[in-house]
Amino acid sequence: MAIERHLNDTVHVTNLEWFVNWSRKSSMWPLGFGLACCALEMIATFVSRYDLSRFGMEVARPSPRHADLMIVSGTASKKMLPAVLRIYEQMADPKWVIAMGACACSGGIYKNYAVVQGIDRYLPVDVYIPGCPPRPEALLDGILQLHAKVMKEQSIKNPRVPRIKAAGQ
Amino acid sequence: MKQEEIVKKLSGVFGPDVIQSTTEFRGEAAVTVAADRILEVCRFLKDDPDLSFAFLSFVGGVDWYPQVPRFEMVYQLYSVKHRHRFRVKARIDEKPGADPVIDSITEIWPTANWHERETAEMFGIVFRNHPDPRKLLLPDNWKVHPLRKDFPVIGTEEDTPDLPKRAGGS
Ligand code: SF4
Repeated sequence: MAIERHLNDTVHVTNLEWFVNWSRKSSMWPLGFGLACCALEMIATFVSRYDLSRFGMEVARPSPRHADLMIVSGTASKKMLPAVLRIYEQMADPKWVIAMGACACSGGIYKNYAVVQGIDRYLPVDVYIPGCPPRPEALLDGILQLHAKVMKEQSIKNPRVPRIKAAGQ
Repeated sequence: MKQEEIVKKLSGVFGPDVIQSTTEFRGEAAVTVAADRILEVCRFLKDDPDLSFAFLSFVGGVDWYPQVPRFEMVYQLYSVKHRHRFRVKARIDEKPGADPVIDSITEIWPTANWHERETAEMFGIVFRNHPDPRKLLLPDNWKVHPLRKDFPVIGTEEDTPDLPKRAGGS
């Protein structure tokens, strides 16, 4: 990096894609919404003890239009599903989804008529976090995995198109 | 008032055609009353000064399938004044081709409103003169009654779809 040395290391040279990815992952704002018991662990992750702000994520947005990341924290009942999909649609691109807990991943213990058997039937899930509920450390790990994934995205050349899947696919 | 005294008082006012049976389990009595007289019995339980069951703690349904009569309503009562509890039940038969019907007790205890709405959607029991007979918990487009014993617990794609079917297919 000769040019940097030439300018006394006052500039940093990189490619645009790395820079875009880095800025996306360094301030990924989660949507402040919870569906069931897992939400409590998510809240614990946000507050002082586990301190999500270390990863540039302390601003949980109540409005989906400001949010980049949807943490599906808990049981998605069939009655709630239309609202979840509506919220996802309202989020601006680029956006990511974490399925937190057994319920969001697969329906969990609720193999019954009222619960969606995995939110990935409808949303393009990026990271699955197992557990019932996952501990805050697990959620943090999942978030760091997502950050690593974002850094590998071809955000300029081949940007992904997040969209809701058709039922059951 | 002791449980036996409550039963005795009720039996003194209502005949055996109303008080169909009495059971006792671990010191708690329960009377089964005729479904078509439920309003009268409840009103008496609330208004009588010795009983004064002013607080209705819970209303729920039971499906005794394949017994006949199939359904049962259970009302749990509490008297704040006398600090005693009581349980009233009523068996409802399912006539072929018709819904099981019982009078709503919302006019006596308004708190029965939501309890009866839940029982109505879960068991398909119809509450006569209910002031607000909408569904409470289930999606509005569902027609099934999931707590009935003959309902498959995982539901079916047809009856309990993940998403409301859009009008005109797909
Ligand atoms: S995975 Fe467990 S803790 Fe999380 S929402 Fe489901 S039941 Fe609750």
